[in-house]
Amino acid sequence: MRRCLVVDDSRVIRKVARRILEDMRFEIEEAADGLEALQACRRQMPEAILLDWTMPVMSGIDFLRQLRQEPGGDKPTVVFCTTENDVERISEALKAGADEYMMKPFDGDILHSKFAEAGLL
Amino acid sequence: MLNDAEFALVAREVKSRSGAALSRDVAGPAEIRLTPLARREGFATVTELISAARIRADGALWLSITEALAQSDTRFFRDKPSFQKLRADLLPAAIKRRGHERVRILCAGCSTGQEPYSIAMIVDEMRDEGVAAAVEIVGADFSEKLLDKARSGLYTQFEVQRGLPIRKLIAHFEKSGDLWRISDRLRGAVKFETHNLMKHPGGLGQFDIIMLSHVLSAFAPETRAEIVNRLTDALAGEGVLLLGAGESLPAGCDGLVAIDGVVRRGQAQRVAAVA
Repeated sequence: MRRCLVVDDSRVIRKVARRILEDMRFEIEEAADGLEALQACRRQMPEAILLDWTMPVMSGIDFLRQLRQEPGGDKPTVVFCTTENDVERISEALKAGADEYMMKPFDGDILHSKFAEAGLL
Repeated sequence: MLNDAEFALVAREVKSRSGAALSRDVAGPAEIRLTPLARREGFATVTELISAARIRADGALWLSITEALAQSDTRFFRDKPSFQKLRADLLPAAIKRRGHERVRILCAGCSTGQEPYSIAMIVDEMRDEGVAAAVEIVGADFSEKLLDKARSGLYTQFEVQRGLPIRKLIAHFEKSGDLWRISDRLRGAVKFETHNLMKHPGGLGQFDIIMLSHVLSAFAPETRAEIVNRLTDALAGEGVLLLGAGESLPAGCDGLVAIDGVVRRGQAQRVAAVA
């Protein structure tokens, strides 16, 4: 089963995403900020990362920039999942190495569509 | 849920306006879809809306009811394989065949425009890659209300996140308040025309490619072949009609051949069309 790391400081969002992604046959690991996510990736790189932008300790964009420098950090497919919806922010995320970008609020259909776009289904 | 008499009346009026066949099992969803319309029109319930439609002579409420029930679950790049086929095979073949002449594409039953705009994005990308493509895209639907939204080129955040890769979103759209607006270039590349699939499409001219994707299922089985036969009358000699993924040619489409969702005239029909 493929693994997806869900990174969001909201427990509710992590729970909603977990439920949808488990239905999509992903094994889920959770992290509440960028630093926790980085530690999880150092233990084992997941195939997919669903990533919030604004989080305490380390933001999603800082995590992503650092992840892409790590050994094997180019492998995970990263889908941003954030309330940031300006074109400049989206471009910044893609430049930092995001593969897809999803704007909150989302539903199962959108998450499914974005994971399909990212080649994860 | 609509009672039997209300449902029968709504189904009859919808069929007379759009040709679409409502089945009894959609009576519940139909009421849900009509509730916002009832509120907008100042009625407390859908039953009151239907009663008012019966006595209003100009038929405007029936048209609004038909439009509210007709909107399909359309999305950008719905059926990826169809768009890949279009990009890799059907469009290049049509461009080659036409030479310097314009290739014409029709999206039949285009609803709020996501399908024709998806084609416009493909054509735009082909041009960026150096393909000299003169293409006219026509989106057609019976509903002026749906076409007005299509013409506006404005979509909600939910709509632009279904089927549209993020790189295409930022390449072809800009934010407009809470909505996303498709670029003027793409908006100018698509012409929207009112057309009811129950009528002959002769007025729209001839087409090299007609997309009829996930439209037929809204119609009664006996009506589906009539629609396909009428549309193929509007195909240019070597033109093709493209069905949605998983859709097959309805029974009664004599002289047509479908391979993998691509419908062409059989040899005899091609000869007749050229003659």
